[in-house]
Amino acid sequence: MTETNLARTIIVNGDVIATSAGTLAELLSELGHAGRRVATARNGDFVPERARAATQIERDDRIEIVSPRHGG
Amino acid sequence: MNAIDPSAKPQSALALYGVELLSRLLIGTAQYPSPHVLARAVEASGAAIVTVSLRREQARGRTGERFLELIAALGVRVLPNTAGCRTVKEAVTTAQMAREVFGTDWVKLEVIANDDTLQPEVFGLVEAAGILAKDGFKVLPYTTEDLSVAERLVAAGCEVLMPWGAPIGSGRGLANPYALKSLRAYFPQLPLIIDAGIGAPSHAAAAMEMGYDGVLLNTAVARAGDPVRMAAAFARAIEAGRAAFESGLIGMRDMAEPSTPIAGTPFFDVGVPAGKRGDA
Repeated sequence: MTETNLARTIIVNGDVIATSAGTLAELLSELGHAGRRVATARNGDFVPERARAATQIERDDRIEIVSPRHGG
Repeated sequence: MNAIDPSAKPQSALALYGVELLSRLLIGTAQYPSPHVLARAVEASGAAIVTVSLRREQARGRTGERFLELIAALGVRVLPNTAGCRTVKEAVTTAQMAREVFGTDWVKLEVIANDDTLQPEVFGLVEAAGILAKDGFKVLPYTTEDLSVAERLVAAGCEVLMPWGAPIGSGRGLANPYALKSLRAYFPQLPLIIDAGIGAPSHAAAAMEMGYDGVLLNTAVARAGDPVRMAAAFARAIEAGRAAFESGLIGMRDMAEPSTPIAGTPFFDVGVPAGKRGDA
């Protein structure tokens, strides 16, 4: 039995979640970020917007999804 | 018309990475009591650059988009920071994410060493600055007043340095004026901006009188009783300090020197016998 079609556990912005998304682009859609001004990193590495559709999500991946905020 | 200079002679513009800026005040966008006050304070400051950051966005969240709309309406250049980053990797990845979201290759590079002082982790800072400069970033590093670190940052590709005045949010002003003067003297042509620790307009004016090219601050305005008026106060202090620097300050001396002419002083005669001078 493979994990391919099952929800797998990943960490998004520090929270453990279950997802069936296969790629980072799919994950963003699932979380309601599609078309929004967010930036992403996978396991500490920046993933440009153009690379999200080709970036596979694997179990235990650590994903960061960030957006503009106040800063000093 | 320039309020400080009655001849309306324009003060020399600040040029950072080839971009001329009309204001020498850079202001942060955090900690204001409301978005409305933030917008009015930035306007009152006259700042041409505001600092911004990246933070985690919640699922289906629109916080980032609302903030971008607010900033876009201000018509200023944004300078994303890497606040909170503790390693080279975190800082580089954050800078890359910021470049994509904000559409600018400028970055206020912070690598933080210590929770209590928020002081720069200068070894990581130099390494991250080199990586980012090679990747095409215009790096504005938040650093200490240490001259040897400054040299390494310049060698790494930084064309602007931002030494701290004092720890972030401390409001203590220029903690080490001697070292800051040395740094200024050592890099006469390099744009140097005091970043962090400023509490009062007099601190900012002192930095400008020293010949610093600009001041970046946030808490002193955002947490003031009236942030909008305080922003205007800082704008004037920085303008006054710059005008003073460009006008040539006098040096300090140990003893008094009369400002009123000595020649022609009444009763000032040599050799008049006691009892005839009116001082008996």
